[in-house]
Amino acid sequence: MDRRVAGRDGQLIRPLLPGFAVLGAVGLLIAAALSGMIGAAGALDPGTVLGNPYYRGVIQFTLWQAALSTLLSVAFALPIARALARRDDFPGRALLLRLFMLPIVMPTLVAILGIVAVYGRAGWLSEGIAAAGGNIRLNIYGLGGILVGHVFFNLPLAVRLLLPVWEGIPEEYWRLAGQLGMGSRDIRRVIEWPLVSRAIPGVAGVIFMLCFTSFPVVLLLGGGPAATTMEVAIFQSVRFDFDLERAAVLALLQIGICGVLVGSGFMLMPPLPRGQGMRRAVPRPDAGARSARVTDCVWLVIGLLFVGLPILAVLIHGFAGPVARVMGEGSLWRAAGVSVLLALGASFLSLVLGVCLSVTLRHLRFRRYAHRRAAMMEAGGSLMLVVPPLALGTGLYVLLSPYLNVLAWAPVFVVLLNACLCLPYVLRSLEEPMQRIMERHDRLARSLGIAGFNRLRLVEWPVLRRPLGRAAALSAALAIGDLGVIALFGTPETATLPLLLYQRLAAYQFAAASVMALVLLGLCLAMFVFLERAIGGHARA
Amino acid sequence: MRVLIAALAALLTIGGVTQAADPPVLTVYTYNSFISEWGPGPAVQKAFEADCACKLDYVAVEDGAALLSRLLLEGKNTKADIVLGLDTNLTAEAAATGLFMNHDLDLSALKLPMAWTDPVFVPFDYGYFAFVYDKEKIAAPPQSFEELVNGPEDWRLLIEDPRSSTPGLGLLMWVRKLYGDRAPEIWQKLKPRIVTVSKGWSEAYGLFLNGEAPMVLSYTTSPAYHIIAENTDRYGAAQFSEGHYMQVEVAARTSTSANPVLAEKFLAFMTGPGFQDVIPTTNWMYPVIETSGGLPDAFAKLPVPQPALLYTPEEAMAGRKAWIDEWLAAMGN
Repeated sequence: MDRRVAGRDGQLIRPLLPGFAVLGAVGLLIAAALSGMIGAAGALDPGTVLGNPYYRGVIQFTLWQAALSTLLSVAFALPIARALARRDDFPGRALLLRLFMLPIVMPTLVAILGIVAVYGRAGWLSEGIAAAGGNIRLNIYGLGGILVGHVFFNLPLAVRLLLPVWEGIPEEYWRLAGQLGMGSRDIRRVIEWPLVSRAIPGVAGVIFMLCFTSFPVVLLLGGGPAATTMEVAIFQSVRFDFDLERAAVLALLQIGICGVLVGSGFMLMPPLPRGQGMRRAVPRPDAGARSARVTDCVWLVIGLLFVGLPILAVLIHGFAGPVARVMGEGSLWRAAGVSVLLALGASFLSLVLGVCLSVTLRHLRFRRYAHRRAAMMEAGGSLMLVVPPLALGTGLYVLLSPYLNVLAWAPVFVVLLNACLCLPYVLRSLEEPMQRIMERHDRLARSLGIAGFNRLRLVEWPVLRRPLGRAAALSAALAIGDLGVIALFGTPETATLPLLLYQRLAAYQFAAASVMALVLLGLCLAMFVFLERAIGGHARA
Repeated sequence: MRVLIAALAALLTIGGVTQAADPPVLTVYTYNSFISEWGPGPAVQKAFEADCACKLDYVAVEDGAALLSRLLLEGKNTKADIVLGLDTNLTAEAAATGLFMNHDLDLSALKLPMAWTDPVFVPFDYGYFAFVYDKEKIAAPPQSFEELVNGPEDWRLLIEDPRSSTPGLGLLMWVRKLYGDRAPEIWQKLKPRIVTVSKGWSEAYGLFLNGEAPMVLSYTTSPAYHIIAENTDRYGAAQFSEGHYMQVEVAARTSTSANPVLAEKFLAFMTGPGFQDVIPTTNWMYPVIETSGGLPDAFAKLPVPQPALLYTPEEAMAGRKAWIDEWLAAMGN
């Protein structure tokens, strides 16, 4: 009966179309790119990689560093998230959460420069040790550097993903805990751990994938051929060796390995955090204890220093450079304009793709009860997370260059590929509120006959506005830092800020480059805040 | 929302306009730093367009290494008329693609450390690889490669990866040229002092200037930049008695070009004063002819390494893969 009703108002077919269309398009894009590479290579023999001890070592190292990075990120995120949850009203808390947003969105290259300035051989830490009379210089290049880099980027992500778990603990639990006189340790064991441990696999899964496919961190902080990941090996195969066969095999292996992990279920990203939560009416019974205050304070300071120092270093280096001269350059503002346009385009397209996918997803879940198909579709939408952008770009380039002037279409490719790369993040941001609408408002809206534009205006928009704003902000910020796609498709007309920054670096203009890093960081932040507000509206009180 | 729509519309127009142009267009593929405001690109473009009745368009990729891979990627469909910025370690491989045609120029007047006979590639500048050091940290730099290899623990080095950078490949060739089959042993000796192997020259040199190591693989001409542009002689290039490996940067016209005559004209222009005069203080390399005003002082004072070491393109192509594997094995673990 349900089907017939659905059929009458056209609900049966229409909501399925957008999601499957997007999924098909994304799948086609990946398949086209890979087949382009394989076609140009002429062969696809897994033995070129698996039969070579060097590449077997690379695969092992990739897994090993990703596992370690994930472990460290989550292990440090847990006490920090707990401290943030327990101290929900100290001055500067909102600011600290904003700071924790920065590594997620700031251009990787900029962040790495900051990390080297703090932890490098001539970094603040080494200089500090030397000034204190110590005789040790830190050497971060190698596995250590990769771990520091990955934890810098992923610790804040883990904190932001885990915090909502604490914020979701019902008040009754705290009331009960207070009545039972539970101490900090009991609360952790009985209340917190059972909930948090359920969220950990999801968080760890995302971070594992991000570290598995990490590229600039490994290239800059890895220290040499002993520390090479698959993504780096793909780059090297394409670059000098022009061994597309090996690149294609590596790309397929990478997608395969991560696909298995994603497919295993837990590895799906949990929804991105909903916001900063509301202040609880019932305080945690263990919040006031002195030992708890000290522990929380220590963890928060550790988090602040670890994330804040490299960013501070970027600011200091930037302001020490020839700020006025660089700011006066026309090329800088031209590139900034191009960057913003391309990022906005990618963000907009990504939003469209994301909305299409999640409309179909919720239809599958709530009207069709097809949970397994929905889960597969979700995994498909996240697939982009593990497809190496270089393989994607190279494959499309080879495939299309006989038929069209790829460079004349450069902006289209840059927007399209970046939109696809941002899609998993958009999907994650929209999923939870989309489902909330179905759970809470769908029946009422249908029984009142609210449909079409009115439904959009009265039911969907008020709930989706903020997540849409956040998704747009996040994807624009991610796209503006892009170097992988633009390096392949960029022309002088579409030179973006990251590309210009690299140009400066290659022409001895190192001081100018650090000013540009500052501009890029500022631009990224400004765009983030603007989109979050412009689409999402002002934060509710 | 309105902003987003406007942005998207603007974006589509960027996509549309890049093509239209009436005078013949000469498309030059080159590397990024060449076309930056600090590089030779803008001056070269202005000088060439002044009397070619054409438009000169650049397409820039990351570096010389990316140039070859871009060309291989595009094959016969390449839009390039000229490819500018390969070095002789890569020219044999580039020539083997069959994508280039002879230059038909008489290059006997060029001033290079060796006679130039290549029928396809035309040199536009050259330099010598060297370890640039910070005089505040190293008072007595090594006088030979041997001294560097056996040097003290605090002579730490920043080098580039031979799989992704032309200087990195140059160092690989240098070691091979000096030590032959002993190369792996030399790499193992150097390895504990190599701070990091970076993707390209920019990363390594940036880390060097930040003080991450007192020595970096760069060029003998790098100190000239610091003298001329920054007025400091804090940085020097260590002179090795065994000689220095060279880098000769070249350009060639493609066989697929629709404007072979114009391309030929560009190659001739490239070895003339309009191009060569800007090379020393923009690309920070040696020009291949006597420049109009002579070399800048800081350049003229630089010691010129003796002897200049260079493999022929054929030797470089034949050896490259095996030597990189050998390097990987020595550096890998």
